[in-house]
Amino acid sequence: MEGAAGVTPVAGLLDFRRLDLLATGDSALHRLDARAKVIVTLVFIVCAMSFDRYAVAPLIPFFVFPIAVITAARLPITFLLRKVALVLPVALLIGLPNPWFDREVQVLLGGLEISGGWISLLSIMLRSLLAAAAAIALVAVTGFPAICGALDRMGMPRALAVQLLFLYRYMTVLGEEANRMKVAREQRGGGRPLSIRLYGALVGRLLLRTWDRAERIYLAMCARGFTGDFRGGQPSRLGRPDVAYVAGWCGLFLLLRTQDVTQWLGAALLGVLR
Amino acid sequence: MSHHLVEARGLSHVYEDGTVALDDVSFRITHGESVAIIGANGAGKSTLLMHLNGHLSPTSGEVRIGETPLTRETLPAIRRTVGLVFQDPDDQLFMPTVYDDVAFGPRNQGLPEVEVDRRVREALERVGIWQVRAKPPYRLSGGEKKRAAIAGVLAMAPDILVMDEPTSGLDPYARRQLIGLLGEFRHTRIFTSHDLDMVLDLCPRTIVMLGGVVMADGATRDIFADDALLSRCRLERPLALQACPVCGSRHD
Repeated sequence: MEGAAGVTPVAGLLDFRRLDLLATGDSALHRLDARAKVIVTLVFIVCAMSFDRYAVAPLIPFFVFPIAVITAARLPITFLLRKVALVLPVALLIGLPNPWFDREVQVLLGGLEISGGWISLLSIMLRSLLAAAAAIALVAVTGFPAICGALDRMGMPRALAVQLLFLYRYMTVLGEEANRMKVAREQRGGGRPLSIRLYGALVGRLLLRTWDRAERIYLAMCARGFTGDFRGGQPSRLGRPDVAYVAGWCGLFLLLRTQDVTQWLGAALLGVLR
Repeated sequence: MSHHLVEARGLSHVYEDGTVALDDVSFRITHGESVAIIGANGAGKSTLLMHLNGHLSPTSGEVRIGETPLTRETLPAIRRTVGLVFQDPDDQLFMPTVYDDVAFGPRNQGLPEVEVDRRVREALERVGIWQVRAKPPYRLSGGEKKRAAIAGVLAMAPDILVMDEPTSGLDPYARRQLIGLLGEFRHTRIFTSHDLDMVLDLCPRTIVMLGGVVMADGATRDIFADDALLSRCRLERPLALQACPVCGSRHD
């Protein structure tokens, strides 16, 4: 049954088990302190998000970060791409009105007039992809519990960190319940499409079942001494590789943010060609 | 070793909807005993187990572990003493790997990582699944899951083991192996089960419940010989004590 996760969109979205499993891998990146990876990801997202709304070209070099992480940690690229692609419809929904409201022509590409709306839509899509890729790569090399632990150690209120951890756990539970109900419905559904009424009943049922199961899991956690603190393995210390990791990436992001690196590269390339 | 005692005194529990799940339940289980709590569905077994670990608080009466009454203040200590193994291991196993899952309890106890590692290793070796420690729990077989759930509780070094339906959902071989394993434990053990043959193998003493009331509390052999009691409580003799289906001869 577990293998069926990913068949429905909801289950696919909630299929975090594989991400959890990836996080148990062993690479130089996996071994870094979770805090270093969290900081780098946050700085990355802030830098990439803070460009003006027509920025497209300056965003492109930022893709080097998620690609480098995925390659260095030897993560399965197609699996991650599928996860990242899940943000595209949402980004599209947010950015789609732009071409209607912002019709001022910004770029002339050959004879083609491109309005500011289309450019800002493209920019929104690129940013969403960047943020999603960085976040998913972070989870895949760190593991969600370790990320919560890192946020906690960096001073995020503990209640919030524990909430996040539970959210994550229960999303998995929700995904599993959804899968089970899907199989049960298909079994007796005779291939008929789901009516709105039935859909409502199923969602309500799913919520109640998840609730019950979440409660049992919580009881089981309490039975093993869970008191609101979570403890990962040995609390790692920030070592020299961690500092180098943070300094290296953050330096690059700041450079990409403040300097027009794309233009430099373009000029350099032209220079070589000449 | 007085903390191996489990005592219920006039324990009653009424759910919010008015259902009386436990009605004046009293018993005393002493050090090293292995006791089965049996009864039909809805007899109050699960509610009773939830009380032994402080997941429910009584409407009236009390639970005592050792000589300590179960209260909000004593709860953390009592949860260290009483290890509860849930019926469905999937409710219990939620960490990414078996190792991390078994380490969850000891880490919550605040033990240093060296000790956590020792406990996890010991527990997993005890139940015979050390080799699958790096696997995610959902990749295990039913029998292995059950063992992992038991290891998770053993790693907390409890004095009392409480298990809800330990053999449910296991194939005959895994069931037989689990019974063998449970028979080796020297903890005070409390099982609920519909698997009456397991009860016969593991528990010299049995408590029979019906509608939240203790109907009988005594030697398992005597209780399984009392057909009138068993049928009133919607139970029947274990297969091992029934007439042989081939030759018709009876064991007792």
